Amino acid sequence: MRARQISVFLARRVLALIVLLLLISFLVFGLLYLAPGNAIQVLLGTHPSSPAIVAALKAKYHLNDPFIEQYLVWLKGAVRLNLGVSIQSGQTVTALIGSRIGVTAFLGVYAFLVAVVFGVPAGVIAAMHSRGIADRAIVGISLLGVSVPAFVSGVFLLYLLAIDAGWFPVYGPGVGFVDRLWHLTLPALALAFGVMALIVKLTRAAMITVLEQDYIAFAQARGVGPVRVIVRYALRNALGPIITAGGLILGVVLTGAVLVEQVFALPGIGSLLVTSVEAKDVPVVQGFTLLAAAILIAANFLIDLCFLFIDPRITAGRGAQ
Amino acid sequence: MTVITAPDAGTLVTPRKRGRRRPSLLIALSFLIVALVVICAFFGSQIAPFGANAQNLSLATQAPSAHHLLGTDDFGRDILSRLIVGARAAVIGPTLIAVGALIIGNALGLIAGYVGGRVDYFIMRLADLVWALPGLLIAIVVVGVIGGGYYVAVTVLIVLTFPVDARIVRGAALQQRNMPYVEAAGTLGISPWRVMLRHIWPNLLPLVMANTFLNFAFSLVALSGLSFLGLGVPLNTPDWGGMLAQNFSLIQSNAMACLGPAIALVLTATSMNLIGDWIYERLSDRGRAR
Repeated sequence: MRARQISVFLARRVLALIVLLLLISFLVFGLLYLAPGNAIQVLLGTHPSSPAIVAALKAKYHLNDPFIEQYLVWLKGAVRLNLGVSIQSGQTVTALIGSRIGVTAFLGVYAFLVAVVFGVPAGVIAAMHSRGIADRAIVGISLLGVSVPAFVSGVFLLYLLAIDAGWFPVYGPGVGFVDRLWHLTLPALALAFGVMALIVKLTRAAMITVLEQDYIAFAQARGVGPVRVIVRYALRNALGPIITAGGLILGVVLTGAVLVEQVFALPGIGSLLVTSVEAKDVPVVQGFTLLAAAILIAANFLIDLCFLFIDPRITAGRGAQ
Repeated sequence: MTVITAPDAGTLVTPRKRGRRRPSLLIALSFLIVALVVICAFFGSQIAPFGANAQNLSLATQAPSAHHLLGTDDFGRDILSRLIVGARAAVIGPTLIAVGALIIGNALGLIAGYVGGRVDYFIMRLADLVWALPGLLIAIVVVGVIGGGYYVAVTVLIVLTFPVDARIVRGAALQQRNMPYVEAAGTLGISPWRVMLRHIWPNLLPLVMANTFLNFAFSLVALSGLSFLGLGVPLNTPDWGGMLAQNFSLIQSNAMACLGPAIALVLTATSMNLIGDWIYERLSDRGRAR
């Protein structure tokens, strides 16, 4: 019975996921037609135009076919990871993104880990001493984190720790794991600041709600140790709202990465997006957008899966709720 | 964050009770900064000691001096003057976004909360969808491909902000709907629109105001990011995010050209967030405020 409910739950999620991806892919394909000028002009970019090239482009992108058919052809390619060719460099979009995603993934994971390692305990401490001095300090710092754009914290860190103090490299991604870790420390810190603010806010709010519950008071009354109460009883129950916001957090990381890569001149997909946008390199922008959407959708799906394990009520059926 | 009182758990307090607490020094300072920025937004070009675009190449990239308090950029333009005039771009866009989202979000949220039904369902699903979307990233892609700069970005951000506003207003309106005064107004035969706007909405005002300030801060941060990437205001219009990007290469010769706009940005956004949080704080337990 339980297994069947889980599979129904999963099937519905997967179906919704596919529909959403199709919808987004349609919008992403439409970008080509939303750009100023017609599709030929967009695909030509700054290249000189000649009847032969125009004819070749028309044939390659099926521009004489109806819109829907063009979309289907494009979608067929996209499913096989063929997203066309960059107008600027002539490389395939897939190769271009593939060569740059490593830096961004490294940066994103690094920043996320820093944000979680500092953000969750800070949120817990703030909630435990709600309205005390520690709480006010932590909330103050996290409020600053929301108010400081990632590129501003990046510029400050760069100025203070790289240019002025000279402790960190000013730009570049570094070679090899340790060197890369060192090179990406400042960018990751700049990115983590805003992400951490979000995590502190979510953790604190969830923990305050949980700590008010009767079962916490009861656990304390039973003489359960303070650490166990906080970690096993409170934090575990507070995790729900924090994990739910995972998609939101990922969005902040992605957006921040675009800005931070610009500040530190990192060759990731964020700076690829910026240069492509400047050059109106629509196929690359399409590729980036599709990738970002796929990552966000996949993350939200994984989060749903997490809840299967965290919260038994979801699979226990309606009777138990 | 600064006012410490026992929370009135979850309920909206009547306006009179709240007036008793005076704002702290930090909040007063925040209001002062916001007032200054708004004054600069209106009268910036009169206040500024130099023209925002007045070039003087013989005085290019100078460190701060008595004549140019924050120095000059690589075109010899006065940084302080550009900062003051740039306040306009920092106020107009975020205000449009905050007010636009306020109008659309409140109208839809009130309908969803008071009338319910299909509108409610639709608005809630829309809010679910939009809530976790990276607004700035979408704005970068849309503005980058379509063009149109600042105002297209403003429109995109309004569209991505109002459903979340609607959800917040809906929640508060739902709480109010079961109050005796709403029932009484309905019994008296007052039209639903009037009940929503004249009876329920004024009770949500603190929540709505707080949220509008937070939206302003968020929009300021987002729009400045767009300008930093060169996708915001036209190149010659002074804008803090744009100045930061353009003067980035001057960071070693005149750090203030780069840090000045950064500080202005952070001060304004922090003040707006502080004011928003302060209004929230006055109205309910912080933990459940958002």
